[in-house]
Amino acid sequence: MADYNIDEYTDITDVVCPVTFVKAKVAIEELEPGQVLSIHMNAGEPVQNVPRSMKEEGHKVLKLNKNDDGTYDLIVEKGDE
Amino acid sequence: MDVDYALLKKGGFMRQKQKNCFSLRLKVVGGHLDAKQLSVIAEVAEKYGEGYVHLTSRQGVEIPFIKLDDIDDVKTALAKGDCEPGVCGPRVRTVTACQGKAICPSGCIDTYALAQELSERFFAKDLPHKFKFGVTGCQNNCLKAEENDIGIKGGIEVKWIEDKCIRCGVCENICRTKAISFEGERLILDESKCNCCGRCTKACPSDAWENNEGYILSFGGLFGNRIHKGEEIIPIIHDKKTLFRVIDTAVAFFGEYAKPGERFRFTIERIGEDIFRKIIEEAYNG
Ligand code: HEM
Ligand code: SF4
Ligand code: SF4
Ligand code: SF4
Repeated sequence: MADYNIDEYTDITDVVCPVTFVKAKVAIEELEPGQVLSIHMNAGEPVQNVPRSMKEEGHKVLKLNKNDDGTYDLIVEKGDE
Repeated sequence: MDVDYALLKKGGFMRQKQKNCFSLRLKVVGGHLDAKQLSVIAEVAEKYGEGYVHLTSRQGVEIPFIKLDDIDDVKTALAKGDCEPGVCGPRVRTVTACQGKAICPSGCIDTYALAQELSERFFAKDLPHKFKFGVTGCQNNCLKAEENDIGIKGGIEVKWIEDKCIRCGVCENICRTKAISFEGERLILDESKCNCCGRCTKACPSDAWENNEGYILSFGGLFGNRIHKGEEIIPIIHDKKTLFRVIDTAVAFFGEYAKPGERFRFTIERIGEDIFRKIIEEAYNG
């Protein structure tokens, strides 16, 4: 599995679609290309849509980790501008 | 004047309890009406009806309170806006559809295009009893495929592409049927669990899936006095030629073996499920 060091965290469990993606997008804009963001999200719609949306924005999805409480952490590397 | 109510009903004019009034059913395919059609429907409802329409449970539009004497004028007025009366009675009814992959992110097939093809081929075809087609774009089943005599559900048969996969685990986590697991770096797809919902391939950030779209058919659905869930008896079909061969065979079976006023499900039960299954399997195999 890919190795990564997380540079920044964001929690999008407090918002609902489509704001989930907006919040994640704002968080990753703050980073430099190559830096890694961990996005904490709920199951369901966010897991279905946010990874793909991140990819479509030119970032690289590294990993999706499932937590014991049913939430997920999506690990994304910021792409080049 | 003698009024042929059966003929009027066939032409979509449904007799109301109010004397000489008809609720006019319009032809709609897959729930799709353009602005021109909508505006002529509004005009006709205002001028010849009581200024409103009823939306039916199967994506139809009816204009109530059309008077017997106005029927020809109404047809002429509707024709100007590309609208025509629908049908009722023992024949193929409105083909329904969800918006499918042209609009919906979950959609696996182009439902509206297929609904149009089905409607062109079968709409208003006389049969021993009513016969309904419904097309839904994916396993979410917004259009409730299995309540139709023939239901069609879109699916995607997926194949993992090993060297494109970044092992992110998204697919494993979003698969509802737990068909995906990893053995180290290898993805194992349990085909007996996969229902072709397409969620894995749609969510994959790395396009690591080969997609093979298809149609999942169900037969003999009923959702009226008696309720029966249409049954899947053959695997997912990937080409239109096979799809139409199977559908033609099922409709021909109904035309040939059904008693007047008998729904498809009951014909299948009376003739024998095993016999019907065999006929459909033969059509599927070509
Ligand atoms: C073109 C894009 C989309 C279409 C056509 C679409 C379509 C729909 C439809 C038809 C419904 C059902 C609404 C109803 O109850 O009447 C729905 C619900 C929903 N959609 Fe979407 N959707 C789209 C994109 C998205 C995206 C990107 C997200 C999230 C990232 C999303 C999240 C949801 C959620 C959470 C619901 C449930 C809402 C509720 O329970 O009231 N949708 N969508
Ligand atoms: S059945 Fe699938 S494709 Fe059709 S509207 Fe529902 S989610 Fe979209
Ligand atoms: S198509 Fe659906 S059921 Fe099949 S593996 Fe993918 S997510 Fe699971
Ligand atoms: S979602 Fe795609 S990239 Fe991620 S593990 Fe599944 S197949 Fe591999």
